[in-house]
Amino acid sequence: MGFAFLLPWLVAACGWMACRWSPVAWLSPVAGEGQHAQGTAAQLARLVFLTSLLGGLLVLLLWLLLEPPVIAQRSTQALLASEAQSASSRQERVALDLLRTKAQNLAAGDRPTESLKVEALKDESDSVASVARAALVLRQATEREAWLLPVLVVLGGLLGLLAGSQAPRRGLHPRKLAERIIAVLLLLSAATALAVTVGILLSLIFESWRFFRLVPLSEFLFGLRWEPQIALRADQVAGLGAFGAVPVLLGTAVISLVALLVAAPLGILSAVWLVEYASPRTRSICKPVLEILAGIPTVVYGFFAVVALAPAFREGGAWLGFTLAPNSALVAGFVMGVMILPFISSLTDDALYAVPQSLREGAFALGATSFEVASRVVLPTAAPGIVSAFLLAISRALGETMIVLMAAGLLAKMTINPLDSVTTVTVQIVTLLTGDTEFDNPKTLSAFALGLLLLVITLFLNWLALRVSRRWHKEWSA
Amino acid sequence: MTQTQTTATTEGADNEICLEARNLSVRYGKVQAVKDISLVVRARQVTALIGPSGCGKSTFLRAINRMNDLIPTCVVQGSVRLGETEIYDPAVEVEALRARIGMVFQKPNPFATSIYNNVAYGPRVQGLVRHRRETDERVEKSLRRAGLWDEVKDRLKESGTSLSGGQQQRLCIARAIAADPEVVLMDEPCSALDPIATARIEDLMDELRARYTIVIVTHSMQQAARVSKRTAFFLLGELVEEGATGEVFTNPQDERTLNYVTGRMG
Ligand SMILES: Nc1ncnc2c1ncn2[C@@H]1O[C@H](COP(=O)(O)OP(=O)(O)OP(=O)(O)O)[C@@H](O)[C@H]1O
Ligand SMILES: [Mg+2]
Repeated sequence: MGFAFLLPWLVAACGWMACRWSPVAWLSPVAGEGQHAQGTAAQLARLVFLTSLLGGLLVLLLWLLLEPPVIAQRSTQALLASEAQSASSRQERVALDLLRTKAQNLAAGDRPTESLKVEALKDESDSVASVARAALVLRQATEREAWLLPVLVVLGGLLGLLAGSQAPRRGLHPRKLAERIIAVLLLLSAATALAVTVGILLSLIFESWRFFRLVPLSEFLFGLRWEPQIALRADQVAGLGAFGAVPVLLGTAVISLVALLVAAPLGILSAVWLVEYASPRTRSICKPVLEILAGIPTVVYGFFAVVALAPAFREGGAWLGFTLAPNSALVAGFVMGVMILPFISSLTDDALYAVPQSLREGAFALGATSFEVASRVVLPTAAPGIVSAFLLAISRALGETMIVLMAAGLLAKMTINPLDSVTTVTVQIVTLLTGDTEFDNPKTLSAFALGLLLLVITLFLNWLALRVSRRWHKEWSA
Repeated sequence: MTQTQTTATTEGADNEICLEARNLSVRYGKVQAVKDISLVVRARQVTALIGPSGCGKSTFLRAINRMNDLIPTCVVQGSVRLGETEIYDPAVEVEALRARIGMVFQKPNPFATSIYNNVAYGPRVQGLVRHRRETDERVEKSLRRAGLWDEVKDRLKESGTSLSGGQQQRLCIARAIAADPEVVLMDEPCSALDPIATARIEDLMDELRARYTIVIVTHSMQQAARVSKRTAFFLLGELVEEGATGEVFTNPQDERTLNYVTGRMG
């Protein structure tokens, strides 16, 4: 299967070479009939490359779309035939799934096909024979694919090659045609990207909607208790289930606030230093380093929080007379602050740097010192840009998962005490979706509702940040 | 508009020296922007610097209040005296020096704050005002001197950037004189303004020169003739000629000046 993906490219390359260098008349543009009307050999070659590539890829795509359902249908038939089963009730569906997995394992295993055939022919009433038959169907499909697919792909490619090479004879200019094909391809790529995003969004909305049929929206938005660990099976010990998102949001807010309190002053001060005090050379070194720091995998930060920071904070707290909860919001927020620090200082640096030099000169000319210029002229002017940097940083902190998963707690508490242990939206989503899950109970579905909530909040913050900075740019680009 | 030549004689103390540059040279890295210029600027009159683009007028002007210190590649040699002070003396405190020498830039550059705060900025950083009443007084006095008070007295809290271009430039002048400087440097202060706003600023200069020494860079020879008493002609970083404005324009000593003022060059 794998190499079938390379085939269209191979055929297309052959087509290109054939047009470029072959003296065969039907492949080259009609000689002497005027280069302009017919296009050059290179242009035709490019067109042929495109059309044959498209032909091959189209065949491949159709196969990928059509083959799996057909095979699945046939193997299911093989499974059902023996036992006059139906797949209507839920239990039967589960049983069928089990059998299908068995058949897949059998087909992928190293039992020779002959022995499978023998077993399939034994007309037993139990499921062994039907599994063997299904496995046979699967195995045949694989074998067929091994030769049929490449042949079809090459055929498709050749067809495209032919169609492309005949374009000039039909009065189509190869260059223009190629341009049109490329335009369509680019459009398709853009549309795919958009469609994937919209698809994700729609599925999130759909699953959330299913959740809100079980739990009312008002309870989710305003409820003060979050205890989603309801029983999935009768023998499990669990809570009754309460789906009020407020404590989870509160925990997220506390951690983000701590993060901001750590990152904002440091970020602003370091940016002021970079823009107003450091020499251009120093800035040109420090700025990229900051931006690289923003790319540290967050799991590293989480690790740092658990191994180094949590014990240090606990000891420090004990020394000062505080008791820190094991997974205190303080530690998680602090490390999150360190994580968004490069982000904030880099964006603040951009905002400060965008302040027109003429304002600085104006202030210096009045006899202001560097600090007076920075604090009374540059910072106020850049304030909207800095606010927008903060908003972006917060929205990033809200969505951050790894650090809080490692450093924050699991229990949702109604507290704003940073020494306490709190949980976050992202942590809840992860814990809800790992382990025993089924997609028709509120516990699992609530993860989607939380995801949607987080998405809405984040989008709102980003939109706000964009608006603030747009307005600001309009004022200062004049 | 008053012709300076006719009014100039009425002012006494004509020869009091305010600024004196001696053998001043300025380099940006390897580019020699100002070459060995010696120039005397007399107190309480307008001195115009003219010359083709790139001849070092701005550089010379910015050497007077040490704005060139902000450019790392810039090297200054020679001396500039303001009254008794040698401004390139390492012991001179440059912030205090700049309080004595105001500057108005080519493009109006009000700060992103209220009109009031714009004018109060200089006195505040210089520590010239101790409480609100003093600040109020100074702001009003400066705005009046800049001829802007009547237009903005009811909107002092509004942003300085909300004014028109001409008003913004007068605001910048008010800001420059709020800390009571001795000298006001103006680098093409009207080049971003329409003729009416330009005329207002020129009138204003006529009033300001009773109190302040003004050095103005301009590309408009008519403007130089209208507002200045003395004119200095720069060319390729050198000072070609300096003299009474009427002389420089009607009877220049140097052929290059003649070519420039008659529009045969630059
Ligand atoms: N910051 C700088 N760095 C390097 N070179 C500079 C800098 N500023 C000015 N120069 C150079 O110094 C020379 C004089 O420039 P200056 O700005 O003083 O000319 P000007 O007479 O004011 O011209 P204009 O009438 O166009 O304003 C020019 O050659 C210019 O390229
Ligand atoms: Mg200039």
